Amino acid sequence: MTGFEQGVRFFSLFGAVCFVLGLHLMNSPATARRGNQVSAFGMFVAIVATIVDVAHGGSMNSTRWIVLILGSLVGAAVGLYSARKIAMTAMPQLVSLFNAVGGGAAALIAIADYNLDPHLPAGTATATILDTVIGCATFSGSLLAAAKLQGYLSQPVTFAGSRYASTVALALAVAGGGWVIAGAHSIGVLVGVAVVALAFGILMVLPIGGADMPVVISLLNAFTGTAVAMAGFVLGNPILVVAGALVGASGSILTKLMADAMNRSIFNIIAGGFGTGGSAPIEAGPGGGTVRATAADDVALQLAYAQKVIVVPGYGLAAAQAQHELRELAALLEERGVDVSYAIHPVAGRMPGHMNVLLAEANVPYDQLKEMDEINPEFDRTDVALVVGANDVTNPAARRPGNAVSGMPILDVDHAKSIIVIKRSMASGYAGIDNDLYTDPKTSMYFSDAKKGLATLVAATKTLVA
Amino acid sequence: MTGSFVGDITIFVLALLVGFEVISKVPATLHTPLMSGANSIHGVVLVGVIVLSSYVGGVAGYVLTFIAAAFGAANVVGGYAVTDRMLEMFKKRPVPAAKEEQK
Repeated sequence: MTGFEQGVRFFSLFGAVCFVLGLHLMNSPATARRGNQVSAFGMFVAIVATIVDVAHGGSMNSTRWIVLILGSLVGAAVGLYSARKIAMTAMPQLVSLFNAVGGGAAALIAIADYNLDPHLPAGTATATILDTVIGCATFSGSLLAAAKLQGYLSQPVTFAGSRYASTVALALAVAGGGWVIAGAHSIGVLVGVAVVALAFGILMVLPIGGADMPVVISLLNAFTGTAVAMAGFVLGNPILVVAGALVGASGSILTKLMADAMNRSIFNIIAGGFGTGGSAPIEAGPGGGTVRATAADDVALQLAYAQKVIVVPGYGLAAAQAQHELRELAALLEERGVDVSYAIHPVAGRMPGHMNVLLAEANVPYDQLKEMDEINPEFDRTDVALVVGANDVTNPAARRPGNAVSGMPILDVDHAKSIIVIKRSMASGYAGIDNDLYTDPKTSMYFSDAKKGLATLVAATKTLVA
Repeated sequence: MTGSFVGDITIFVLALLVGFEVISKVPATLHTPLMSGANSIHGVVLVGVIVLSSYVGGVAGYVLTFIAAAFGAANVVGGYAVTDRMLEMFKKRPVPAAKEEQK
């Protein structure tokens, strides 16, 4: 290695250090933005150093420069435009798309490299195969996940033998991969592997339901990281290996957190369908009592004269785009001296931490957003718990064995002195079972669309004399 | 390249451990920006594309490199931009005096 190459490696190392420091600064909302900037600076340095390196190497000709620069400009423009325009509710789709292109680029590196010279040592060939398979599966899977999140496919799709088909696709990929590692020396075989991996990605995401999306996105994120690390092995480039490993770690942690928050195993989610793991029959809640409906004026009165209110937002709030109305109501209550905080369940939203971003966008201060473990003991001292668009994560049935939500960590909303639920109808949540909370004698149901209902509550609260 | 293969595996494993250590300290509030930030970090794949572009050849090679460059650049630029946009929104509770003024 020449002195010049060593210099470039040092700049890469600097980039990698910036990535780690950037992620470290993400441990507090106060420093997170700086963390992202540190990480971006590291990336900038690594990219510039690499450009200088290849320019210095002398192997770049005008065609290569044009291909690289033109491709990068097109990508950068599209990336910047979508990053500026995207609505915060659509964040999961965008993250999914970035997963797709990251995984796709990693796979293309392996394929283009192999196309040039298929005579690879077994170690590099293994990395080539893993990169191709994981990258391609991530690409197609993430595109499908983004389409699902966008609402193009609202129902999980299952067809006879779909699980059989994905097993066959995976087996074919493994067989083709083995062949390449053993020395097929044929780009045709690798392209074949890429095609079945693309099919596998689609078959994997197709049967997964909407509420499992936080897990799927996290898992695809981990996949992309791994694919990029494998591209690093193919090219013998350590910064790709480091960055890929960091993302792989982050994606794995989030996947586990999300799966735990739904009390489901990752395998169970991938295998598809809610409750397919435990086939216990659904039993009715105790009492099977009556539902008490209420009106806006009563709700406003109850909230305005409470001392402590906890808001429990769910995806219904985001779907109705009602986070700004909610913030307005909370501001009115705070002016009257009511203590308002927000209880955020880990899977409230369509990706990890999604609800926090939506509320932050509506200018809710982050110190009012409380995590489940932190807020649960506070429900006992709460006058009113206001549930907006959340269902399964508040169902006390989770504490009893033998139903679809058994064992799922829930918010202890039923411990509050009184509970108000804003909901359009009595329709059940994703788990498909009745919510015992709604028949609790302490609960009043305010049947309305979240946006309209909250706006009415804001108006009603304003008429009350302070 | 083969000589450094074991070295790369070492780096991979150690980086995984560092990642687990650092990321498990991130609060749930920041999980979406974390994932989006991690997303921009895997945009480092663009570095790989730059290296690839220096030795690739043939029409197929150029087409693959072009697509890979577009993918990688979209990933890295869009990723950092959207993460920054998100983190900008995370604000502290305004001081009471400022709140009075608003109303």
